[in-house]
Amino acid sequence: MPVDTTTQVRAPSSAPGRQRAGKGIHNQTGTGWLFVSPTVLILGIFLFVPVLMAAWVSVSDWSGRGSPLSSNVNFVGASNYAEMLGGRGLAARDFGTAIRNNLYYVIFVVPLQTAAALGLAFMVNKRALRGKGFFRTAFYFPSVTSSVAITVLWLFLFSASGAVNAFLSAFSITGPNWFQDPRGVFHLLMGGGTAPAALAEPGLLGISTWEWISGPSVAMCAFILMAIFTTSGTFMLLFLAALQSIGEETDEAAMVDGASAWQRFWHVTLPMLRPTMFTVITLGLIGTWQVFDQIYTGSKGGPSKTTLTPAFLSYQTAFEAQRWGRGAAIAFVLFAIIVIFTLLQRLILGNSDPTQPSRRDLRAQRTRNTAATTVPVGAVTNSTGGGSGG
Amino acid sequence: MAESRSPGDRGGRGWLIAFGVLILLALVYIFPFLVQVANSFKSDEEATNAGLALWSANWTSAAYTTLFNNSDFALWTMNSLIVTVLVTLGRVFFVSLAGYALARLQFPGRAVVFVMLIGVMAVPGVVLMIPKFLVIKELGIYDSYPGMILPLLVDAAGVFIMKNFFESIPVAVEEAARIDGAGTFRTFWSIVLPMARPALMTIIILSFQGSWNELNHFIISTQSPGLTTLTRGVASLASGQLSSGNQYPIKLAAATLMTIPVAVMFFIFQRRIMNTTGGAVKD
Repeated sequence: MPVDTTTQVRAPSSAPGRQRAGKGIHNQTGTGWLFVSPTVLILGIFLFVPVLMAAWVSVSDWSGRGSPLSSNVNFVGASNYAEMLGGRGLAARDFGTAIRNNLYYVIFVVPLQTAAALGLAFMVNKRALRGKGFFRTAFYFPSVTSSVAITVLWLFLFSASGAVNAFLSAFSITGPNWFQDPRGVFHLLMGGGTAPAALAEPGLLGISTWEWISGPSVAMCAFILMAIFTTSGTFMLLFLAALQSIGEETDEAAMVDGASAWQRFWHVTLPMLRPTMFTVITLGLIGTWQVFDQIYTGSKGGPSKTTLTPAFLSYQTAFEAQRWGRGAAIAFVLFAIIVIFTLLQRLILGNSDPTQPSRRDLRAQRTRNTAATTVPVGAVTNSTGGGSGG
Repeated sequence: MAESRSPGDRGGRGWLIAFGVLILLALVYIFPFLVQVANSFKSDEEATNAGLALWSANWTSAAYTTLFNNSDFALWTMNSLIVTVLVTLGRVFFVSLAGYALARLQFPGRAVVFVMLIGVMAVPGVVLMIPKFLVIKELGIYDSYPGMILPLLVDAAGVFIMKNFFESIPVAVEEAARIDGAGTFRTFWSIVLPMARPALMTIIILSFQGSWNELNHFIISTQSPGLTTLTRGVASLASGQLSSGNQYPIKLAAATLMTIPVAVMFFIFQRRIMNTTGGAVKD
């Protein structure tokens, strides 16, 4: 093996070796750029240029015919944004509805998937647990399958006479016709009925306060359950990696000090999981604002637009209704929303508690466990690639 | 087991309950897939009326026959395979080249490339649907294999995985090779890359899974039936285009078949996929 020769060669000639390395740096300019050029080119052509083009389209009246760069396409200023964000028309109402739907989706999915992932990780991490591999496989497998296949399965499970309702009827519960049911769950909890006059006025983003407080529709709830089902396994792995890097020693030390199981969880383990928690919530927020595959495959935004999401609305507006300017504008607003939410989360979770480990500690922990930083990277591919889609 | 040794714990019984809960949860996660496979072998009526049952008195493979006879399922599978294989091959090569350059080579603009990659990862995929469509159209590769494959060929996250890996292996071997007169590419190709097999496996798994399950890129880059991939084809089945009735068995059969390749991949490499602390990136 070359190991031997390496040490032999290196030991006596370290000085000339360094000289060569210096010369190498000079030569490396060409090679370096050659090596990164395919990546830079492809990302440049299919990412940077497109974003610029779409930015132009979002302030133009391009109708989808010919090139958006041709001379008969006109600049229309911010009107595409204005009619969506400030108007009272259908565009504004659809956008408002999509935001409301997705907001409820985010509010329900992110905490639930994080809690589920954490719970699963804790249970699977028990030292004495037999068949760890089996459990990890069982919980992670849904994350591997395509969102299209899972949606097809979900449409079946949650159909009117489907498996879920059959299961519920065993407890004499009459399940709803999930994917056909547009009723908001908060409205249902309030006893149904119609909007009080005071709440029926069109409000923020063109939809009334009554519509804002509807909660996710029954149909959306099925999608929420699906998201938890498909993502909790991925995030469980992140928590598992973190738990393993913490090790048992800390826990045992706390135990010796007489801390109860709950105290150990709350005051010892949870604070140490903070960086992972941060990652999981960030990925969750990014993923849940991008719901597209499920809607495209399953509901197309129905029933009564209660599963319409900004991502799907943007697609529909551009590719189906041929309102490209507005579709692109929706995409940019969605991007802004994702950025704002991620920043807000950073602000809230990042430095709320002075007793939390300092940034230096976090970095130390991250370097100690290289895998923990790499796995989120993989999870990012998954969520941005539309794999599990949140 | 830490719990049972703690002073105030109820010992075995608590643990037994926790274990029971865990088994139950595992069932909840597995059961939907069993339901899926079972119902793909039932008749339309039976699947509609008794979807929960895992057993049927009249097994039938009619759904699979209909699927292959009445839809382009074979063609979809072939398209998915072509795209997945080419994308995976391309990614392995380009991503490891770029990762190596960022980890080892000193060149002006390296920091810029690095920042660009981070920026790229921050842009959400669905936001890019319209932009990518515009460029694909402008380049004249709409509704063609190049349009389906080229934009997927590089993955910023993969570059980072490779970069992390290369940084974790000792530089001495490469230095020795270079002193022996090997060029940078030679060193990379015949010395560094073979050492990077664990990380390359990660890239292969990620890109296989990613491109096999990819939907929105194919929606915006193709329209002709001849270029339909499995994801797009099965999504169109889901909205019911074969014949009358619910057609649940056919849809479930399609979902089952399209899951098999990633499932096989998963079961072969599950230790690498899930063993987050070892394997791919450590050491």
